[in-house]
Amino acid sequence: MRLPYFLRKLPPWYFLLPSVFIGLAVSIPLVYLIIRALGGDFSETTELLFRQRNLVLFWNTVSLTLGVVVVTTLVSYPLAWLSTRSDIPAKKFITMIGVLPLALPGYVVAYAILGLGGDNGTLAMVFGLEISRLTGYWGSLLAVSLYTFPYLFLNLRAGFLGLDPSTEEAARSLGYSSFQILRKVTIPQLRPSFLAGILIITLYVLGDFGAVSLMRFETLSYSLYIQYAASFDRIYAAIIALILISITVVVLVLEYKLLKGLLFYRAGTGTGRKMRESKLGKLRWISYGFVGAIILFSLIIPIFTILYWMAQGVSPAVWANLGDAIRSSVLVSAPAAVLSVLMAIPLAYIAVRFPSRTSNILQRFAYLGYATPPLALALAFIFFSLNVVPVLYQTFALLIFAYALHFLAEAIGPVRSSLYQASPKLEEAAMSLGMNRFKAFLKSTLPLLFNGIIVGASFVFLSAMKELPITFLLAPIGLDTLAVNVWSYSAEGMFAEAAPFALSILFFSVFFVGILFSREWKS
Amino acid sequence: MKLHNFILFTALFLFFTGDALAQLTIYSGRSKALVDPIIAKFEEETGINVRIRFGGTTQLAVAIMEEGRRSPADVFWGQDGGALGALHNQGLLANLPEPILGGIPEGFKNNDRTWVATSGRARVLAYNERRVSQDNLPESIFDLTKPEWRGKVGWSPANASFQSFVTAMRKNLGEEQTRQWLTDMKNNGAVAYNNNNSIIQAIAAGEVELGITNHYYIERMRSENPTYTVNMTFFSDNDIGNLLNVAGVGVLNSSRNKENAERFIAFLLSDEIQRYFVNETFEYPVIYGMDDYDSKLIEALEVSPSMDLELLSDLDATLRLLRSVGLL
Repeated sequence: MRLPYFLRKLPPWYFLLPSVFIGLAVSIPLVYLIIRALGGDFSETTELLFRQRNLVLFWNTVSLTLGVVVVTTLVSYPLAWLSTRSDIPAKKFITMIGVLPLALPGYVVAYAILGLGGDNGTLAMVFGLEISRLTGYWGSLLAVSLYTFPYLFLNLRAGFLGLDPSTEEAARSLGYSSFQILRKVTIPQLRPSFLAGILIITLYVLGDFGAVSLMRFETLSYSLYIQYAASFDRIYAAIIALILISITVVVLVLEYKLLKGLLFYRAGTGTGRKMRESKLGKLRWISYGFVGAIILFSLIIPIFTILYWMAQGVSPAVWANLGDAIRSSVLVSAPAAVLSVLMAIPLAYIAVRFPSRTSNILQRFAYLGYATPPLALALAFIFFSLNVVPVLYQTFALLIFAYALHFLAEAIGPVRSSLYQASPKLEEAAMSLGMNRFKAFLKSTLPLLFNGIIVGASFVFLSAMKELPITFLLAPIGLDTLAVNVWSYSAEGMFAEAAPFALSILFFSVFFVGILFSREWKS
Repeated sequence: MKLHNFILFTALFLFFTGDALAQLTIYSGRSKALVDPIIAKFEEETGINVRIRFGGTTQLAVAIMEEGRRSPADVFWGQDGGALGALHNQGLLANLPEPILGGIPEGFKNNDRTWVATSGRARVLAYNERRVSQDNLPESIFDLTKPEWRGKVGWSPANASFQSFVTAMRKNLGEEQTRQWLTDMKNNGAVAYNNNNSIIQAIAAGEVELGITNHYYIERMRSENPTYTVNMTFFSDNDIGNLLNVAGVGVLNSSRNKENAERFIAFLLSDEIQRYFVNETFEYPVIYGMDDYDSKLIEALEVSPSMDLELLSDLDATLRLLRSVGLL
């Protein structure tokens, strides 16, 4: 029996159903927030919505986000270029530098930067230099940029590696100078990678409150956290969360418009030839200085801060707890990484193989999960589980599902990119040999997605290891992760006790980042 | 294959997270660092198996309200009288048997006997010894709005203990005076930090000179580092700035382990654990008769304003006030 035309155009059910399910799951928090926001007295709700203070928070949020976009771009573009296209030595090392900051919890970076200045700061102790502490907008800008730039760096790096050398050679043969090639050929081709990285960074900044709260810079997320932590009523918190989500919807639409028609640049890989390395020449020492500055701020200062804390003497009870915390962190982060990727595959598949308005909207839903402030997401899941599926309340299953849903956006990018590079012809060939579509996908396409899957899973793993608000709210009783320990001890001013947990996060992340890149380097 | 393993994994998790093994479940707004040693001792002495959920005091109180009858919690242990009062007002706390409360002074337990304080914590004025001389310190919390302290005072409007202090001020001095003080402080450039500890670090760094915080952080810092530049003092006697708040516990009505819960509370009120609070967290005990410890408690009670801690549960009006002044 032949299916009617519109049904034949639909993706197969085993990809469509999970996608729709994910879309529905992401909507749970939205529905919850709207119910909560409307649950209040109408005049009070409008009063809270149109407070002048919201404007200040809004402006702070937008200006910080824009600032971070500018700074991370200025850091990531040169670093990505150096690590792929220049003749700088130790490229693997530079790549590691561009990834490792992902392993640092944002508030640890903030503590490290705060610890530099002041009467008793590191600079005063070591160099006798008493400068005031870097706080507020500039402190937040520096801290947030330092731990988010890897998202852009990794995307651009993949973009540089995926470029087809022949376009640049063609431009050169037409008499373009190196600079003109960069501006007119290379950078435009990197736009999809650039936008993918910027999107993740933007959404991350919008939802982050750890560093900004320590820097005393009041953004919407920080305010949301305050309302949530302090208050017994949820109305204002819900309103702020909805304002935040509205901003992210604007960002998503903007990204979609900018990306439209660009995506097929990615298809130009597969020429087996290597890109020529550019000689750094006079720029060599400037490049070394640039890389050195990044190492200093994003790695040396935070890591030394942690070691300095530890040198103050850690109470023995902490060591007894450490093993438990490591186990808990890995036991929830690893399944979350696997689940995220399993969710990302169908979404990416229907978006790439069955491009349509619907599949695109479904894919955007993945980003909406990322954009929903984690606190709001966690509250919604508490509410939902208590009222609809009480057996799931405070279980590992719910926590892992919430992680996976929230971090899905980090997994979907790499999976989608590798799917673009996997030719549909292979699947068609497999089907013509008598396999059904699902088997053909498993046998021919899935192995080609391996790299994207590993990268995506690593992103989610690293993020889940650092995650706080969702863990605080949804963790089963007694589960206590590395990140929760770092946060709790440091908030009490017990930095020595926080240090071993922070180092463990770093250690495990390095381990996983190692796995992530060992494959690429082997080949 | 992968999928099968995953489903199996999930099923195992669901299975092992049931509360079959726990004989007492505590929601603790007090930090893990402080609570873990006490629990270990309690488990050792009684053989009762304890599970704990840590979190912010307000956050856990809200969680219990959302969970309602289904709450797995037997005991709520909060950092602030206000949160306990809020749970009591919702009818979620059970009456405590009189023998447990015997030695506890009035004011450290509520009138309906549904919660009891486990330790006391005072609001104090913190200052940087290097930058401010002891003779020039303000006498009253109302002096902080004077021009000489412009931009030099740290506070934390988002913090629960600060908010309890504002509630106390409202109850003792009235809405108008409180609003005026908050506005004056704001106009005088008071610097807002996210919690007590951040205020103290800012004072140590010289970013601000004074701060209003809880007392025990500073004692701990000074005991660990004798050259620490942050010190503290009370305002003049009975100033509302010297509010004595408590950390306290209550048993939930929905608890199915009430007997174990009550044993736990009695344990917290024992000499041994009261000494632990004084020595390890530098808080005030809530019982008398422990020799040298009595004098500290007596001093704190003398300088602090008299306050019915149950009134601190009126947090909503405080938050409305803080919002209307533009601090939240």
